[in-house]
Amino acid sequence: MFHIYCPYCEEHREEEEFHPKGQAHIARPEDPEACSDEQWGDYLFFRDNPRGIHHELWVHAVGCRKFFNITRNTVSYEILETYKMGEAPRFTAEHPEGRPAETVAAERTAAGADKVERQQGAKA
Amino acid sequence: MSEQTASWFNVYNVRPETEVPTESPLAWSCHHSGRPSVSEKSRVVLRERAMLGHLILRGGAIMLDEAVREVLGFGLPGRPNTLTRDESGERSIQWLSPDEWLVIVPGGEEFDLEGKLREALGDAHDSSDNHYAIVNVSGGQTLLELEGECARELLMKSTPYDVHPDAFPVGKGVTTIFAKASLILRRPTEDRWELVLRRSFADYLYRWILDAGREYAIGVDA
Repeated sequence: MFHIYCPYCEEHREEEEFHPKGQAHIARPEDPEACSDEQWGDYLFFRDNPRGIHHELWVHAVGCRKFFNITRNTVSYEILETYKMGEAPRFTAEHPEGRPAETVAAERTAAGADKVERQQGAKA
Repeated sequence: MSEQTASWFNVYNVRPETEVPTESPLAWSCHHSGRPSVSEKSRVVLRERAMLGHLILRGGAIMLDEAVREVLGFGLPGRPNTLTRDESGERSIQWLSPDEWLVIVPGGEEFDLEGKLREALGDAHDSSDNHYAIVNVSGGQTLLELEGECARELLMKSTPYDVHPDAFPVGKGVTTIFAKASLILRRPTEDRWELVLRRSFADYLYRWILDAGREYAIGVDA
């Protein structure tokens, strides 16, 4: 048993409260009608199985019931970070030591501003 | 508003009139598993607060906070895993997730409260990006109170969540695992714990608590 940090509850909770939901950051094709069978099949069925850093989707099933992402090392099973939906990971295959926290923070702020803009756009 | 968006809703008063007998989710359990009486030896006391009004609020925090302040006179808890209460302690709001709160009020008030909240939120409902939902879940769950010097020990046997006072201060409330089921555990005052159980788990958890509390001579307060 180990503890996982839920970014929405903002505290560590027992592993038992969570469920893994597979690979994270899988974007649905914008126009499914225009996809070839192969592209659609890749989207539906094919998943990465990397050795090393892997981004996964988890759900805090018993707590706040929100989905969030975990960056996990598949060799050591170490959880490097957990982050909310829509955010970019700090630890990636290209940056196994983690990108500088300031860069990520700046990106997240920019993404947040973008989201607000889009919402306002939707209203207008 | 798009054509697919429902712009209407039905609100029912789910509390039956007095001619229909109402039973708490634990009525059968108390009858079947018994109700150990409270004695001088009891170091844990269990009490059911049956038939309270439970509402689930969903939506944006700022919008709901304004409506709740207007109707109830106190606001939503601002931080995760916390609860706010009014001065009498009878009405409370608990954070459940970033867009979800549990309101508990004395039984019979929930239908009026739902109407008033909907009225206060009326303008928000017309706007396409300010969705909200209010669901009356009073019939689906019940509230138990645990008191006594060994209440915390009973909890420690039942849940993996840390209930040490340092980790679980007064005013905290969490949804967590309890005896392999899930429930809402909260600590409104220094020496009282509250457990919000789902109806379908109520009998199982009642029997679990009686069993876990046997060594502390648990008593059930009527």
